[in-house]
Amino acid sequence: MLIKRGSDQIPSSEITPEAAYLNRRQFIEQAGRGAAAFAAGAPLLAGMGSGPGGQQSDELTPYEDIINYNSYYKFGVDKEDPARYARDFQTNPWQVVVDGLCNKGGTYDLADLVAPFTPEERVYRLRCVEAWSMVIPWQGFPLRDLINRLEPTASARYVAFQTLHDPERMMGQRSRILDWPYREGLRMDEAMHPLTIIAVGIYDRPLLGQNGPPIRLVVPWKYGFKSIKSIVKISFVEEEPPTTWNMMAPHEYGFYANVNPEVDHPRWSQARERRVGELRPRPTLMFNGYGDQVASMYSGMDLRRFY
Amino acid sequence: MTQVLERAASAGARGKAPPTPRRRPLPLGTIATVLALVPLANIAFDTATGGLGVEPVEALVRRTGWWGLTLLVATLSVTPVRRLTGWNRIIQIRRPLGVTAFVYTLLHFVIYVAIKQWFALSYIIEDILERPFITAGFAALCMLVPLAATSTRNSIRRLGGKRWQRLHRLVYPAAMLGVLHYYWLVKADTRPPLLYAAILGTLLLLRLELPGRVPARRRSSPTAVAAKRPAPPSSLALPENLDGA
Repeated sequence: MLIKRGSDQIPSSEITPEAAYLNRRQFIEQAGRGAAAFAAGAPLLAGMGSGPGGQQSDELTPYEDIINYNSYYKFGVDKEDPARYARDFQTNPWQVVVDGLCNKGGTYDLADLVAPFTPEERVYRLRCVEAWSMVIPWQGFPLRDLINRLEPTASARYVAFQTLHDPERMMGQRSRILDWPYREGLRMDEAMHPLTIIAVGIYDRPLLGQNGPPIRLVVPWKYGFKSIKSIVKISFVEEEPPTTWNMMAPHEYGFYANVNPEVDHPRWSQARERRVGELRPRPTLMFNGYGDQVASMYSGMDLRRFY
Repeated sequence: MTQVLERAASAGARGKAPPTPRRRPLPLGTIATVLALVPLANIAFDTATGGLGVEPVEALVRRTGWWGLTLLVATLSVTPVRRLTGWNRIIQIRRPLGVTAFVYTLLHFVIYVAIKQWFALSYIIEDILERPFITAGFAALCMLVPLAATSTRNSIRRLGGKRWQRLHRLVYPAAMLGVLHYYWLVKADTRPPLLYAAILGTLLLLRLELPGRVPARRRSSPTAVAAKRPAPPSSLALPENLDGA
């Protein structure tokens, strides 16, 4: 069941010590604080460590924990499975199909699709619907940049995503525990929100197999299952697209899946979470602490109904 | 039928005390206790050495819960195995298995209360009342408490065999609730809990008394034959066998 941490994928000697990494981060943040260039990115880090209810610190989760504890059913249902079975996952070549209501549809080689974008760092909390959480330094670019490039038409109201379906390479898909391929989706305003990114790396390293390479979504104010991994298809659609966990258990997993401590999962409370590496549960923040930036998108919506 | 007769005959032959002094029989109960505690030692070792993985709390809850349920199902398999094989001495491992099943289950609950919920009573009560899988698990634990408390020979004597047996039939609903607890907590892959359900169902079916399987000395017992209940008392716990060790 258990695999030894510090497995042979990356020698631990190669991993940046967290303290050094944090120092570097602090340095970058302080250096950037006055700079206009950094002003756009500064709100992204707001609420990390301060902010409402954020009295508890938000230290970065160690890299080894991020790569050894994964909810990625395409590689097995146990948290240790992905690190074990995604080890040799090849993502080259990789193609992404873009279709639906847009002007630039077609099949893209990954390199062509992402070539115009320069990854930047985003440190986000990740809150799993199972009530555990991490703090992850992603490298990625805003999804809106990619969407703008694909030129969706005015009638496109949602974006749908699909994960690679390949039981040969993703052994978890050999059993039909979920209705493959894995599907997720966002409303267009959510997809265009500056916090929403396409991630390509963690801790300045390319994503390992278990973290959803070569490109994945990260939507930090939503439960982790919305942040679909290993994307092979992007569709612009008019109607709310079907999403995998919602199809599987509609009363447990909604389309919106915004982190909300007041709306419990039927089988467990969402009021608290355990940060990986800590013992004591901490309170979960509304919209995972990003309410200042995202709450307005849901004003007037009954979040108990649209969970 | 002939097979059954043969088995009965061989069992009878085995039952006769041999005339020559035999070597001391294996202390099956002690062996079972030691083996059933090996996983606990393993869990303790992993806890002490950081071997529980990235989420140690979850690992502790899962591992203690898994062993509690597994040992409970193993406990329930002792009587069917004894009846199918005619190996009566195996009954000695039933109590150790049952008691260690309780130990793991209690640990499972204590870790949930102390670490997972950090003694937050309001959350714990909410869980027990509102989340069906926790309701089921808690009910199972509550049923196991009186069984563990009356697991001594003294208790059998004090309660009397019949009442003790009746009380210890709680083990069936406890095991069923344990499997339900497991089934309800799983998010997508229900195959492991369904396997437990199948094993438990088979074990319970094997307890339905088939005429050919009634031990010879019991066949004359009017209560065992007359009662048309699915699981007459004679097929269940046999406290006198505990003393026969």
